[in-house]
Amino acid sequence: MEKSAATEMVNIKINGREYAVPSGITILEAARIAGIEIPTLCYLKDINEIGACRICLVEVKGSRSMCAACVYPVSEGMEVFTNTPRVRAARKMNLELLLSIHKKNCLSCIRNTSCELQTLCNEYGVDDEYFSGENREYQLDESTPFIVRDNNKCILCRRCTAACSNLQEIGVIGAEDRGFDTHIGSPFEMKLAETSCVGCGQCVVACPVGALYEKDDTQRVLDAIDDPNKYVVISAAPSVRATIGECFGYPPGTDVEGKMVAAMKRLGFDGVYNLNFAADLTIMEEGTELLHRLENGGKLPLITSCSPGWIKYCEHYFPEFVDNLSTCKSPQQMFGAVIKTYFAEKNGIAPEDIFVVSCIPCTAKKFEIGRDGQSAAGVPDVDAAITTRELARMIKSAGINFRELPDEEFDEPFGIGSGAGAIFGATGGVMEAALRTVAEILLGEKLEKLDFYDVRGTDGIKRATYKIGDRTIRVAAASGTANAKRLLRAIESGEESYEFVEIMCCPGGCVNGGGQPTQPASVRNKLDLPALRASVLYKADSEMDLRRSHENSAVKRVYDEYFGEPGSHRAHEVLHTFYVKRGIY
Amino acid sequence: MDNTSILSTRFYGGQKRVALRNCGIIDPENIDEYIAVDGYQALAKVLTQMTPQQVVDEITKSGLRGRGGGGFPTGRKWQFAMGGEPGTQKYVVCNADEGDPGAFMDRSVLEGDPHSVIEAMAIAGYAIGASEGYIYVRAEYPVAVKRLELAIKSAREYGFLGKNIFGSGFNFDIQLRLGAGAFVCGEETALLTSIEGKRGEPRPRPPYPAVKGLFGCPTIINNVETLACVAQIINKGADWFASMGTEKSKGTKVFALGGKITNTGLIEVPMGTTLREVIYDIGGGIPGGKQFKAAQTGGPSGGCIPKEHLDAPIDYENLSAIGCIMGSGGMIVMDEDNCMVDIAKFFLGFTVDESCGKCTPCRVGTKRMLEMLDKITSGNGEMEDLKRLEELANYVKSCSLCGLGQTAPNPVLSTLRFFRDEYIAHIVEKRCPAGVCKDLLRFTIDRDKCIGCGMCSKVCPSNAIYVTDYTAPGRRKPSYAIDPEKCIKCGACRDTCKFGAIEKK
Repeated sequence: MEKSAATEMVNIKINGREYAVPSGITILEAARIAGIEIPTLCYLKDINEIGACRICLVEVKGSRSMCAACVYPVSEGMEVFTNTPRVRAARKMNLELLLSIHKKNCLSCIRNTSCELQTLCNEYGVDDEYFSGENREYQLDESTPFIVRDNNKCILCRRCTAACSNLQEIGVIGAEDRGFDTHIGSPFEMKLAETSCVGCGQCVVACPVGALYEKDDTQRVLDAIDDPNKYVVISAAPSVRATIGECFGYPPGTDVEGKMVAAMKRLGFDGVYNLNFAADLTIMEEGTELLHRLENGGKLPLITSCSPGWIKYCEHYFPEFVDNLSTCKSPQQMFGAVIKTYFAEKNGIAPEDIFVVSCIPCTAKKFEIGRDGQSAAGVPDVDAAITTRELARMIKSAGINFRELPDEEFDEPFGIGSGAGAIFGATGGVMEAALRTVAEILLGEKLEKLDFYDVRGTDGIKRATYKIGDRTIRVAAASGTANAKRLLRAIESGEESYEFVEIMCCPGGCVNGGGQPTQPASVRNKLDLPALRASVLYKADSEMDLRRSHENSAVKRVYDEYFGEPGSHRAHEVLHTFYVKRGIY
Repeated sequence: MDNTSILSTRFYGGQKRVALRNCGIIDPENIDEYIAVDGYQALAKVLTQMTPQQVVDEITKSGLRGRGGGGFPTGRKWQFAMGGEPGTQKYVVCNADEGDPGAFMDRSVLEGDPHSVIEAMAIAGYAIGASEGYIYVRAEYPVAVKRLELAIKSAREYGFLGKNIFGSGFNFDIQLRLGAGAFVCGEETALLTSIEGKRGEPRPRPPYPAVKGLFGCPTIINNVETLACVAQIINKGADWFASMGTEKSKGTKVFALGGKITNTGLIEVPMGTTLREVIYDIGGGIPGGKQFKAAQTGGPSGGCIPKEHLDAPIDYENLSAIGCIMGSGGMIVMDEDNCMVDIAKFFLGFTVDESCGKCTPCRVGTKRMLEMLDKITSGNGEMEDLKRLEELANYVKSCSLCGLGQTAPNPVLSTLRFFRDEYIAHIVEKRCPAGVCKDLLRFTIDRDKCIGCGMCSKVCPSNAIYVTDYTAPGRRKPSYAIDPEKCIKCGACRDTCKFGAIEKK
C-alpha cells in the first residue's frame, strides 16, 4: 500500500461517538485510539492476523454478519458497536464453546492468573458447563528437554504455529487433521524431539493459555538446595534482571537487579553469581578467536555461538556454516565449566558435588546443558537451566516478598560484570561487546567512544563496516531465525561478505527469549517489548565505569590463576566446544 | 431418429437448457464439434470487436449472477478486478470443486462441454486483464479431469489458448489444479489458499479476491455453471439472457433433482419457475401416491421449502425471504416418510465432517449442535436442548469465518421454522412422526391380528420376538410379541408379516 506524505484520515463512529482515524487501519486499532480494548485471542500483531477465534467480533451498521475487528479495515462513515447485547452474547458463547474443549485444571495450571482465556471468561461471566460435550484427550508431548505441549488446553488460536512459521520461518508445528479433530502437531504425528525444532520457545511466549510451557526444572534445583552434600550455585543471565520484574508487577523495562540478587540469596543458594562475568569471559575467548582467524586466514565470517537456539538451527538448517561458528561455549556453559574446574580446585570441592544452576531467558539452554562437549570436568558444566519464569515461581512459592527486598550485590569472585557483558541480552550486544575489546587490541589504545550505535536497535539485520587501524571489519547482526536465514543465504551466494557475524535465535535477542515472562497479546501488540527490555541493558551499560570485558578484574584473575591467556590450551579444553551437522530430517 | 419427441416430453419440455445446451449433444473430447455449435465464436468476437469494458458491461447487463450459490452479480465482480497498473498480474479462477452431496451440475458441464468453460475463462481474462487462469477441479471427478486436460490441449493446438489468440495480441493460458477431498475448498478464499499450496482454510474478507486474491493478486473466481453461460451471452446478447428469469434473477438455473420424485436428474429452468412446476410438471410428481412434505434446496447450506411455499417462484430473492437459498442447485424432494429432524442431522453431520477447524463457532459450534440433534433423535432430548440448539445455530450463523460455517445451521434453522412440531414430538413425546429415527421407533405386534405363524420370530436377527400366552379369539395359535429391549428396529419382521399385524410407530 502506498503511503502519502500526510496520512489520509477517515471519520468513523464507535459506539455513537465520532473519531477521525487513519484510513485502512483495523477496527481493533481504531477502537484502541478511542480507548476501547476489544478482546482478542488469536490476534498477534505482525505474526498472526487471521481472524480465526472470532472473539473480537463487533457489529458494523449495514453488515448482516458481525465483523472481526482485528482484520476488518475501517472506511469512511463506518459505524461500529463494540458492546451491544448481540456482541456480548456472542463473546460469551464463544468462550463457553472454547471452555467445552479445554482442560479446565486452572488451579494447578502453570498459567493460572496469567491465562488470556481465563481473564476473558472472568470478564464475561461464562458458564463453563453450558456447552459440554465430547472432547478428545491428547497425550502430552514431553519429548524435548525444553518445551511441553498440552493439546488438551489448546484453543487453536494458531499463535504458536504463526510464531514458528511466520516469525521464525521454521515451521515444525502446524494444524493437523481438520474440523473438530484439528490439533497442533508435527507432520506424521512426530514428537517434537523428532523434528528439527530448535527450542527457541517463541511458541511458548506466543501461547495465550497453558498449552505450551517450559519443562519445569525447579524441583531439581530445590532438591539440590535441600541436599546437604551439594554445593549449589546460581548465576543470572544479563537480561533476566531486565525482565523478571514483570513477574512481580513491575512495568516492562524496569531494572530489578538488586532485588533479583536479594531474592536468589534468600532461596538458599551457596553462591549467587553474575553471568555477565561469563559474558566478559566469552568476549576474551571469542575476541581472541576472531583476531586469530583474521591473522591466519581462518574461516570467515566468524559467527557467534552463545545462542543455543541459533546453534541448533545452524546444525539443522545450515550445516555448511558449522565451521564458521566460534568454538567458544556460551556464557552459561563457560560459567559452569569455570566453576567445576577452577573454582572446584581452588576451593577443594569435588565437581560431582557442585550443582550449577543458571537462570536464563531461554528454553533452548535446557537442551544446551545436555550436549556433548559441555563437561569440562567430566561432569556436566551446568546441571540445571531455569527460565526467568521458573525463578519467579521459585521466589513466589518461597514466600519471598520481591517488591519489599533491599538491593543486594552478587557474590564474589564472580559478581563483577562489565557493561559490555550486560548488553549481551540485546541483539547486537555481543557484537558491540566484542568490538570494544577487539578494536582496542588492534589499535593498541583505548577507544574514545565505546558506543557502536550501528549494531543497536531491533531491526532484523544490522550491518556495519568499521575501519580499525589498517583493518576493515565488516559486521552483521541478525536476530530471529528468519533473518538469520536471509543473512546466511546472502553470504552463501556471495552477495554479502563479512568478517564477524552475530546471530541470535530470538527476534530482538535474549530480551525476547522463549523463557522470558509471558505478556498477554494486549501488551505485546501495544508495546515494543524487546526495545523496552533492551533499553534497561544499554542504560546500565552507559552508567557503568567498567564497560570493557577485558578490564573485568574477575576475568583477569581467572586467566592469571588458571587459564594463562585467552586461547590457551587449557582455555580451549575447558571453555570451547564442538558442533554436529544434523540435517533437517 | 426424431429428437423433437424427446424434447417434447414433460421432463425436457419444461426446461430451457442454456448452461447444459451441449451436454449429451456434442462429443466433449472433440473440439471440432464444439466449434460446430458456434464454439469459440464469442471469444473471437470479444477479441476482435469489443473492448474489455464492453465485455464487462454486456455481462453486467445480462444480469448473470454467480451460480455456485453466492448469487453475486458476475459483471460487478469482474468490474472490481479491472483497472490497476497495466501489466499487473491477475488471475481468472474457475471453481470446479463441486462439493454439495448429490450435486452434479458442474460435473455435467465439465464432462459434457469442457470447452465452454475454457472459452469463458479466456473471455474473462481479456475483460479484466489476466493472462493466466486456473481450474480447481475436485479429484473425485476423474472423467472431468481427463476431459479438461484434453480440452486444454486441443484449445492450445488450435490457438484458442496461448500467445496472441486470434492475432489480437492477447495471451491467456490455463492450468489445472486438483482438489484433495475437502468440501471447504469450494469456498473461494480456501480454494485460493489451496492453490497457493497451503492448508485449505478460508481467509477473512476484506480484502476481497478481486482486489487481493491468488498470490496476493486481483483474482476473479467463477463457478462452472456461471462460466458456461458467458459465451452465449456474448453471442446472443445480454438482452436475450435477461429476457429469461425474474426481475432480479436473470437467466436459467440448473437443478439436481433427487429424492422422492419420479423424474430425477439434472434440469435447467428459467429463474422464476415455481417449485410446483418443477416437482409436478417436470419432475413427474411424488411416486407411490405420497404427500409432498418439503424440498431441501442448496445442499448442506440450504433450507427446506414447505408445502405452503410450493408456488414460490424460484429465484435468489424469494428463496432468501423464506430462509432458504438456491445454493448450487441441489434439490431434494421429501415426502411424509422423511423426518425433518433427521434431514437436518444428516446435513449437519456433513458440515461437521467438512469443517476446516479454523474458527471456533464452526469447529466447536457445529459439533455441539450435532450432539444436541443426536440427543433429540435418540430420545434423550429436553426442551432446554431446543433452546440451546437455536441459540447456537444463530450464533454459528452470524459468527463463523466463512460461508461453510455461516450456512451450516441453515438446515436446522429452516426445519425449526417450518417443522418445529416434529422437534417437539421427538423431545416431549419421544416419538418420530415420520417413523424414521430408529431409537424412537417401536415395532409392536397387534395380538389380535397375529395368527401365530412365527415367521417374524424366525427372521428376527436379535431374537426379540417371543410367543405369548394369549390366543386371540378365533385363532388356533398364540400370538407373538416383540421385546422392545432386544429389538434393533431393523423392520425385518414387518416386511415379512403377510397379515399386516406388525406396526411401526
